[in-house]
Amino acid sequence: MVTDAGTSSRPPRSYRRPDPEAMADLVARAQAGDDRAFEDLVTATHAETYTLARRLTGNDDDARDVVQEAYLRAYRSLGRFRGEARFTTWLYRITANCASTYVGRRRRHRHDELDDELVVVDASPELDPAARADASDLRDRLVAALDELPPKLRAVVVLRDVYDLPHEAIAAELGISESAAKVRLHRARRKLKDRVFPTRDEDDHPGGG
Amino acid sequence: MAVDCNELVDILAEAATDPAALDRSARRHVEGCLRCQADMVQHRRVLRALRSLRTEVLEPAPGLVTEVLTHIEEAGERHAIRSLLTGRRVAYIGGLAAATAAAAGAGAIVIASRSRARRLPLAG
Repeated sequence: MVTDAGTSSRPPRSYRRPDPEAMADLVARAQAGDDRAFEDLVTATHAETYTLARRLTGNDDDARDVVQEAYLRAYRSLGRFRGEARFTTWLYRITANCASTYVGRRRRHRHDELDDELVVVDASPELDPAARADASDLRDRLVAALDELPPKLRAVVVLRDVYDLPHEAIAAELGISESAAKVRLHRARRKLKDRVFPTRDEDDHPGGG
Repeated sequence: MAVDCNELVDILAEAATDPAALDRSARRHVEGCLRCQADMVQHRRVLRALRSLRTEVLEPAPGLVTEVLTHIEEAGERHAIRSLLTGRRVAYIGGLAAATAAAAGAGAIVIASRSRARRLPLAG
């Protein structure tokens, strides 16, 4: 069974979006210097922020570091939040930026596993293609496939296809061009599809060509 | 010019959300190609599954909120938060003290009742 969030976090639960009016009130109070309101904002949004960070980094420890940094940046720049977007969307962008920085820094220290072109070797039996093909649940296979993606590709597909951020915002937060973001998105989708639905023989598809 | 399936792999990934990504020749190829049609179906299934992840939230292990607030405090950004954290620590330490006192009280009662039980036969 594929676990979703590592050993240190609990299984996924159904998501209930925070009340927008209550959030707006907390944001206004926090912007006015009410630290208790900021703490309430953290309490109300931390699980969702953690979820995004976990999906972007692929592991629990890194996700917790990214969450801490994201809230620090949010605290520092709260005065510049004008409410054009939802607070959570604004926080997603900060989290994405932090995760990108974090993964980039980590790559400079660890040259393994982070290259776009790296071939991932399935060392554990549950990641074997045949075993994976037997997995009963598409969602579990997808989450496993996401974790196996190179971080650069994973970031784009998570932000676009899970969190519905526009290409422009994704490119800005990851420090890449929009066209690069689109190329990464399509590569990520293809890799996910190939991992979720393991490769078929050409002979199985005589119509191909 | 004939279109080859391998030329379309990335375009099919894009076409999962943007059908206009397929030009006329690519569209004509896909309409007659079972392999590419199957790829399109798989892309759409993956996309639906990705979108469904948005409705999930992963519950972090306890302590993350305190870690966040401590991190902000350590960054020197938020002095007032110290009082909040102190409040949490006071509550935590107070809880520990109360639990310790309760345990000590319970122990004293047990010891007292045992010693009284030992004394009773002598008194008789």
